[in-house]
Amino acid sequence: MKAALALDQDYAINLAGEKGREVTLALSGRLALENLHRFKTELQALLTQMSPAKLTVDLARVDYLDSAGALALLELESAAQAKAIPLTFTQVHEEAQRIMGLIDRQALSQPPLISAERSEGLLEQVGEASESFFDDLVNLLTFLGELLSALGSSLLNPRSVRWSDVFFYMKRAGVEGLPIVGLIALLLGLIIAFMSSLQLKQFGANIYVASLLAVAMVEELGPIMTAILVAGRSGSAFAAEIGTMKVNEEVDALITMGFDPVKFLAVPKVLAAMIVVPILTIYAMFFGLLGGLIIGVLGLDLTVYAYVQETKRSIELFSLVSSLIKSAVFAALVAGIGCQRGFQVQGGAEAVGAATTSAVVAGIFLIIVTDSAFALVLHYIR
Amino acid sequence: MPNSAKVPVIEVAGLTARFGDNTIFENVTFQVFKGEILVILGGSGCGKSTLLKHLTGLYRPAAGRVLIHGVNINTEDEAQLQQLRMGFGVLFQSGALFGSMTLAENVALPLQEYTDLPQDTIDLIVKMKLGLVNLVGYENHLPEEISGGMKKRAGLARAMALDPTILFFDEPSAGLDPITSVELDNLIKSLNAGMGTTMVVVTHELDSIFNIAHRVVMLDKSARGIIAVGDPRDLQKNSPDPRVTNFFNRLPPQTKETGAANGQKNL
Repeated sequence: MKAALALDQDYAINLAGEKGREVTLALSGRLALENLHRFKTELQALLTQMSPAKLTVDLARVDYLDSAGALALLELESAAQAKAIPLTFTQVHEEAQRIMGLIDRQALSQPPLISAERSEGLLEQVGEASESFFDDLVNLLTFLGELLSALGSSLLNPRSVRWSDVFFYMKRAGVEGLPIVGLIALLLGLIIAFMSSLQLKQFGANIYVASLLAVAMVEELGPIMTAILVAGRSGSAFAAEIGTMKVNEEVDALITMGFDPVKFLAVPKVLAAMIVVPILTIYAMFFGLLGGLIIGVLGLDLTVYAYVQETKRSIELFSLVSSLIKSAVFAALVAGIGCQRGFQVQGGAEAVGAATTSAVVAGIFLIIVTDSAFALVLHYIR
Repeated sequence: MPNSAKVPVIEVAGLTARFGDNTIFENVTFQVFKGEILVILGGSGCGKSTLLKHLTGLYRPAAGRVLIHGVNINTEDEAQLQQLRMGFGVLFQSGALFGSMTLAENVALPLQEYTDLPQDTIDLIVKMKLGLVNLVGYENHLPEEISGGMKKRAGLARAMALDPTILFFDEPSAGLDPITSVELDNLIKSLNAGMGTTMVVVTHELDSIFNIAHRVVMLDKSARGIIAVGDPRDLQKNSPDPRVTNFFNRLPPQTKETGAANGQKNL
């Protein structure tokens, strides 16, 4: 519900004169924003109803007039002019004169400099979207080149890396993410083990719950789930941080001081993510398997020893190493896209919000696409 | 200043601002009269903007009170506070326009929220308000598409959307070139003269102070409060306090060393 403006006082219109002859409207009371609509409507109706040969508006008893009230009077004057009715304001006190004098009548009819319609038609929208997509692609590739070059030069000259920043972001993306990653992985392990046990129980293959969960957690779910959580927590934070720095001209300040913003801002974040995400992935795998163990022991009457042995038998070293490599790649993608979206920010708060959303969406998309590519390549390598 | 000047619309009594153990100012008392332009001035860090935030109800005082039209701005009654807030407008230092909205949408926002006017009337009022601040034709521009001075004027149009009786300005000239700054000052003066709106301006720009102020309230960091109230030209010439005359005459503040060297009393 809208809060209405106070209506402490109101206005009154006293009509004198006959239809089609000289008419006088004596206004009194308060002509202000809160009663503008009623006042305007009433005046227009009177003008149409009376069709005066000459109209006089007496403002002697108007107690208060704000710019909205003045606007209504000027609107009445315009309407009268349009109908060729001579209109005179009488007994206009000084304050009212000043307010009416402030209003730029030409401004009221002047069209905007630019159209409100920013895009027209489906074809134009498709064109704009395509142009934006290709611009985005070019920006992404350019940034990728800059990032690889900066990472390469950082590896060749490790002293140039801002290691304090790297440790700071390792703590942010890694240590602070431990509780949520652990919890989600544990619940995921519990759910998968429970759901699969319902099926496998029917065939007396309870022990294979451990195998199923081990393969799922180590080869796919561990790296993907961890990367998605990092995209949500850290990719978005990187985009928001760099985006806000762009809005505040801090990135421009870095450039003018001779710093490479990609090396200064993006490299520590990407390096930190690449170090910490594989560790988080192992941590997630452990908690996922722990969830399976809880179901195995409590729900399937398996012993801890049997469950652990079956899990160990199912995990291959190749799968584990390839998963860790995969998670490092996911980390680079998530952190890289977060930084790139941050650098793309132009404008204000809304652009920062859009960049943050885009960083998460693009990060998750890239994780899935890259995972598909990994699945294909690993299948043939194995 | 108009003849109705002696009706107080803002009354500040014994106001104290404190953040933790840090007292910004204490026991600040003054009044703002109907239709006047009162400038709150002082050096950096003296609490000008903090005082403004107390006047607009954004900060709660550690002690004392602020009355607007006789009503305490720190009232717990939300409906009363809402009513009070509709009676004043604030122009923030950056303009504080919403970046995702056009200028017309920014100005129309309070009208859409607090009135039941039809959209065509709102559009007309928006045009009028933008006309008042010389931004005719810029209805459909986004804030990022206009200059800093234009943003401030658009912010002013939004602050005036509901025809408030009081307008607060936080450093209106900050970051503007001298010509744009003078233009904005003239706009403030003409709106004050034309509409009779009471205005409270926080600034430390001397040219601006001499151009627009009917009266000034001068704060001082070391005094933690008001050191002068009055007409700026009178204070420049006749104030017995060297901190005041130094400020108005663009002289650096008196230090212990320079004061001792000149045999003057340090304040």
